[in-house]
Amino acid sequence: MTLSLSSVAKTYGDGTRALNPTDLEINPGEIISLLGPSGCGKTTLLRLIAGLEVPDNGANIRFGDEDVTRLPVEKRNVGMVFQSYALFPNMSVRDNIGYGLKMQRLPRAEIQSRVDEVIALCRLEPYANRAITALSGGQRQRVALARAFAPRPRLMLLDEPLSALDAALRLELRDELAALLRQFGTTVIFVTHDQDEALAIADRVAVMEGGKIRQIGTPEELYRNPQSAFVAEFVGHAMPLSGEIRQQTLCLEGGELPLPDHAGGGSVYVRAEDLRADPTGPLQAKVETVTFLGTHYRLGLTGLTGQRMFALHHGASSPAIGDNLRLSIAPDALICLPHS
Amino acid sequence: MMRLPKLLSMLVTLLACAFLLVPTLQSVLAGITANYFRGISSGLTLKWVIEVWTLYADSIFLSIWLAITCLAVTLILGVPAAYALARNPGRLSRVLEEFISLPLAIPGLALALALLQLYGSQQGFRAHWSFILVGHVLYTLPFMVRAVQAVLAAIDLKTLEEGAASLGAGPARRFVDIVVPNALPGILAGSLTVVTLSIGEFNLTWMLHTPLLKTLPVGLADSYASMRLEIASAYTLVFFVMIVPLLMAMQWASARAQRILS
Repeated sequence: MTLSLSSVAKTYGDGTRALNPTDLEINPGEIISLLGPSGCGKTTLLRLIAGLEVPDNGANIRFGDEDVTRLPVEKRNVGMVFQSYALFPNMSVRDNIGYGLKMQRLPRAEIQSRVDEVIALCRLEPYANRAITALSGGQRQRVALARAFAPRPRLMLLDEPLSALDAALRLELRDELAALLRQFGTTVIFVTHDQDEALAIADRVAVMEGGKIRQIGTPEELYRNPQSAFVAEFVGHAMPLSGEIRQQTLCLEGGELPLPDHAGGGSVYVRAEDLRADPTGPLQAKVETVTFLGTHYRLGLTGLTGQRMFALHHGASSPAIGDNLRLSIAPDALICLPHS
Repeated sequence: MMRLPKLLSMLVTLLACAFLLVPTLQSVLAGITANYFRGISSGLTLKWVIEVWTLYADSIFLSIWLAITCLAVTLILGVPAAYALARNPGRLSRVLEEFISLPLAIPGLALALALLQLYGSQQGFRAHWSFILVGHVLYTLPFMVRAVQAVLAAIDLKTLEEGAASLGAGPARRFVDIVVPNALPGILAGSLTVVTLSIGEFNLTWMLHTPLLKTLPVGLADSYASMRLEIASAYTLVFFVMIVPLLMAMQWASARAQRILS
């Protein structure tokens, strides 16, 4: 089922525009992430797709050929996973998972077998008859996924599914979630503010800011080819190389850098991992901080541009604080944005 | 030395209990004493209890009936009201909440007077048990609403309902499957309060009752005023026998519900 949105916008009663008119098309079986800082409209967009919010006039939401714009959530047949999971405390794990099937008025035997199937898929067998209150955070997340998936929804919608977990567990469950979502095979839209999560799980990522989708593309496209300063900075923490451009040369405080041909004269960005220590490099900076991070060092540098820059340094030892470091940037590592 | 404060506090507690319990026990004892003025030595008898039963059985049944119907009405009105207030927090809800709670602040006598002024001339209604029921409902409804609302405020009802809706449950299903079961501790606590208040209510009922419609407490006052002390005491005993098991049963039920949900 293809999901198509056209001119979907949301203005709240107090006049706040949570979402500007948005068009979006999502292909069957695709996993899409809505990525952005808090207040960017990503959760509003998800809730509009779910039917938990009513869009402004003029919007159109289609599930395949069916116009669902005016359909309430209970008639849309979507699977929703809430940030707090919203599991029913008055029901066991089994009854939570079977609730959607019960609402579809399926025969009891059919509900039982489907619940068993989903429980096995989500590896919840040992907890099937437990109370919700007797589960850990990770188990609750799996129950929430199982409950949303059991009624065979047309679409799975996940609102920050990992944010209720602590940091160590989140990383572990991120890969597990990605694998489980692929196994489900349904179209998935999930909201997150964490770029690692979005890049790791999604087929395509829609980066949102200020109630708008700024850019949508595969994780690689977004990372390597951001179209705006916001996307460059939000995805992969690119840093602006602010200086003056003369012909094809970027003049920085710490040296001059030849620009590649495709540079359009707009701003130029670089990521910390592409700023390399190189004794013959054209740039120079002073080491101000050194942070050891196990696999590498993270160096805080001044004197390269007007603001502090970071570089990742791989090696057995790091430069000392106060050292003057020569640096180079590979020409294809420069992110050249068009004029804004 | 550490034990002294503990001992002292225990002593104070026991004294307070004795202060409250001894008169009660004495009264109960008087109800089964052959002649109160001659004391226990006159022998124990169930004569007075039987007499209370023959004189006031109607009052007992009327009180139980009123308590049950009052509970039914407060459940039907109070639970949806508490739900509506919990789901729509805002200025209007606060005003409504205060309005529902108003009967708590007004003396029962004034409430009864108001009911009499408004409906007293409608003979059929005035002399019917449902007239007393209206008074009881007015007086007990805020307790039900408050108890349910407190429980609903403690859970994320909106998200739970959205969860149920996303699984295909319409508003009525959500109310039955999600709202009521999760509000159960509050509903039970509210029911406990409503039933005990209704059975024990005197103030309002005394104003509203007719000679043919005496509730348990009104009958008690009547027996104190017009019968031998032994009969009044036996009446107290009957009152206890009725209300104590009821209280214990409902306490047990609400403790159980709390355990299931926490």
